Amino acid sequence: MKRSFCDLHLRVKPSDAKVQRFIAKAAQIGYKQISTPFSTPPTQTELVSIKEFAENSGIDFVTRADFKPRNQEDLMRFLRKYRRQFEVICILCDNKEVSRQAAKDHRVDILNFPSLDYKKRFFDRAEAELARSTGVAVEIDLKPLLVLEGPPRTRFLSSLRRETGFATEFNVPIVLSSGIDEEVLMRKPRDFASLAYLFGLQESQALDAVSTNPTAIVSRNRQKLDPNFVAPGINVLKEGKLQ
Amino acid sequence: MKRIKRRYLAVQLECEGTPTERELMDALWASATRLYGEVGASLTGLALIDFNVENKIAVVRCTLASLPSVRASLTALTRVAGHEATMHVLAVSGTIKALSSHF
Repeated sequence: MKRSFCDLHLRVKPSDAKVQRFIAKAAQIGYKQISTPFSTPPTQTELVSIKEFAENSGIDFVTRADFKPRNQEDLMRFLRKYRRQFEVICILCDNKEVSRQAAKDHRVDILNFPSLDYKKRFFDRAEAELARSTGVAVEIDLKPLLVLEGPPRTRFLSSLRRETGFATEFNVPIVLSSGIDEEVLMRKPRDFASLAYLFGLQESQALDAVSTNPTAIVSRNRQKLDPNFVAPGINVLKEGKLQ
Repeated sequence: MKRIKRRYLAVQLECEGTPTERELMDALWASATRLYGEVGASLTGLALIDFNVENKIAVVRCTLASLPSVRASLTALTRVAGHEATMHVLAVSGTIKALSSHF
């Protein structure tokens, strides 16, 4: 079956004029779904205009929110307020307390560890075990592999190899995203998947990480956000009146 | 002696200006060397078979065993002849004849 490719992390502000160029380019190089993180919930007109442009380019635009909580309470407040307003919720884990809590919470879709510092990447065995129990995915941004050189890239690859090892061991879904903010760094999805060879992912795993895994998150959440959704597998088909 | 199996990759170059064959090959080798070191890069058997300057499509040869590493090094390439550049792999094939039928 033909794969449908998805990049959930293009780092352009949705309000930026650049976003249309990114959408057009993504469509040209073979993506079917893309997402750019919103910092605040978009207005209806803003969302309609982006979705319409994306649809005309043959792309499905996904709404996503990235949040970097300071502590557990901050994370809970954010999830209570915004979970039902976005299709994908990503938590940027900058400290251990937040990353553990985010991995335990079913409302979180994706964990992202933005730091290049080895000591600030908290995806270890314990984190992977928590993420497995809730089905939270771990996101890997590939931009540093394109822009870094020498020892920093070596250290980054070493961190990624360790993290993907844990994710594979505990069956935690891996999502490969570009994380790019410049058009010149855009690559075809299969090319991005080929970079996963550098940190030890097999070809099929890498292709799943740019297609099956992210699209599964989006379709699961769209189903949940549907007003007719009751529980997994149960939907309201028709409403009647009590006689 | 066992025959070395090879693969041919058609790659589309996106950059300002048109680099020469030499500049393109230097960029490919530099990218492979940065990722795998001199010994690792030498094992890839990289060679430029053809470069069409009009549509900027190049045909690159490598060994079958090194195909994943060559694909990764092509993706990691960001500059050719001093200009920002991107390389997209269009097709991979075992023969040049079959490769040309892909695009």
